[in-house]
Amino acid sequence: MNALSLNIHAIRAIYRFEMARTRRTLLQSIVSPVLSTSLYFVVFGSAIGPHMNEIAGVSYGAFLVPGLIMLGLLTQSISNASFGIYFPRFVGTIYELLSAPVSPLETVIAYVGAAATKSTLLALITLGTAALFVDLRIDHPFWMVAFLLLTAVTFSLTGFIIGIWADNFEKLQLVPLLIVTPLTFLGGSFYSIDMLPPFWRTVTLFNPVVYLVSGFRWSFYGHSDVPVGISLGMTFVFMLICLAVISWIFRTGYRLKR
Amino acid sequence: MSEAPMIAIEGLSKTYASGFTALKNVSLTIDRGEIFALLGPNGAGKTTLISIVCGLARASGGRVTVGGHDVVTDYRAARSLIGLVPQELTTDAFETVFDTTSFSRGLFGKPPNPAYIEKVLTDLSLIDKRDSRIMTLSGGMKRRVLIAKALSHEPAVLFLDEPTAGVDVELRRDMWRVVRQLRDAGTTIILTTHYLEEAEEMADRIGVINRGELMLVEEKTTLMRRLGGKRLTIELAEPVAAVPDMLAPYGFEISADGRKLVHSYDASGEGSAIAPILAALAGTGLAVKDLGTEESTLEEIFVGLVGGKS
Repeated sequence: MNALSLNIHAIRAIYRFEMARTRRTLLQSIVSPVLSTSLYFVVFGSAIGPHMNEIAGVSYGAFLVPGLIMLGLLTQSISNASFGIYFPRFVGTIYELLSAPVSPLETVIAYVGAAATKSTLLALITLGTAALFVDLRIDHPFWMVAFLLLTAVTFSLTGFIIGIWADNFEKLQLVPLLIVTPLTFLGGSFYSIDMLPPFWRTVTLFNPVVYLVSGFRWSFYGHSDVPVGISLGMTFVFMLICLAVISWIFRTGYRLKR
Repeated sequence: MSEAPMIAIEGLSKTYASGFTALKNVSLTIDRGEIFALLGPNGAGKTTLISIVCGLARASGGRVTVGGHDVVTDYRAARSLIGLVPQELTTDAFETVFDTTSFSRGLFGKPPNPAYIEKVLTDLSLIDKRDSRIMTLSGGMKRRVLIAKALSHEPAVLFLDEPTAGVDVELRRDMWRVVRQLRDAGTTIILTTHYLEEAEEMADRIGVINRGELMLVEEKTTLMRRLGGKRLTIELAEPVAAVPDMLAPYGFEISADGRKLVHSYDASGEGSAIAPILAALAGTGLAVKDLGTEESTLEEIFVGLVGGKS
């Protein structure tokens, strides 16, 4: 194994370790998000939805689906990735990773890859669950998958950063709870930003989640709040910012090395 | 013939962000296949030194190579040679013994090899626990798991940071046996310990570190010969009030109850004068109940060294 080649065995070992944790906590990992998504559909789709007008030519229940999937994808990507790297730091087993011949790139591929895999699987399960409640159509399946993967990876990178930054469980929950969830709720998951007054619509455009939800919804119904190219570009920009921060973390050893 | 050392440490220093200097210009070489014991009181810099060699901490200055590979610029090659058993019992509680050991092997870039993992578990008397979750194991067993993980990728160098801290005597002896087997197989072993008996029993060479400075590095036998001392104790049948005149030139001390006369002398034996002492003793006419000699333990040498410096 030279400096340029990847330590594939290490990537596989970390990835499998992380996925094994998901299997061990199947109820918490999969059943819980499916249940909460179903409840959203029961409350917003079935109870409130029939009293709402169609949005962009689709029923309110169907309109909700991309937003709900994105909500789950963002929160799960962040929580899986942050927990994945925080827990070994918390219990001390991080010593093994730090003393192993594993590069920062391999570490990120393994942890972020596992977190993105889990959140993508959950998003697909949510999609399947949603199909039981509403009639769905996907106009651009390729772009749907592309947005799904891009968002999962980008927010898993965010989660990885949070997992390194956090030095207690409270901080681990702080960013997802106080920043990501409000941004997701205010990012057009449950409404079109066209429904907002002009001032608040402008304010909303500073919320990065708007671009993710808008692009993802476009892949379903061909309708978006902001141009798809901008959605894609913003997602890439956010991903690059995350990669730059992670690169700095490994370069300085921030919260990893003494 | 001079083989390149397995570990070469040159001018290593470490100052933490708090300003605390943990290592001061430490230089040390460790040969292939030797057991090197690093002794020092708490906070002396032992764990910091190991942490820098293994990649857990960054040095403030100096250079370290393992197997000729720089631990910073060529970290992949250097780290793949090293197995580390940390001081604390840090394990993945929910994993099984076999899985966690296999995980470690993969992490170090080795392909899966269940047969080798089973051999390691067998050597460490862990094979019966291969499918047990780590959380169900005793502290001693967890310590063995950490050793199994460190050995999973067949390292050429094994660091044991306080390997037998808190384990019972039987397990400690068991571990010593394993360490000797590894040394016989050519593995270089560096251990830090508080148990001087452990260093005395196992080490080929000993380094003493205190307050971040390496005070000495010596072959164990040389160290004990050079810095150790011997004592001749004469136990008397009847107590005496003072050291008899004929024995006075030899610097005897008398015990509080007057029943023992103790003479300390150089361990090298060159400065001792046992034969004339015995002749003088015969001349005193004292009734001798028993007579014996004792050698300093490593512990006494260590306390003398570190105590004097502190």
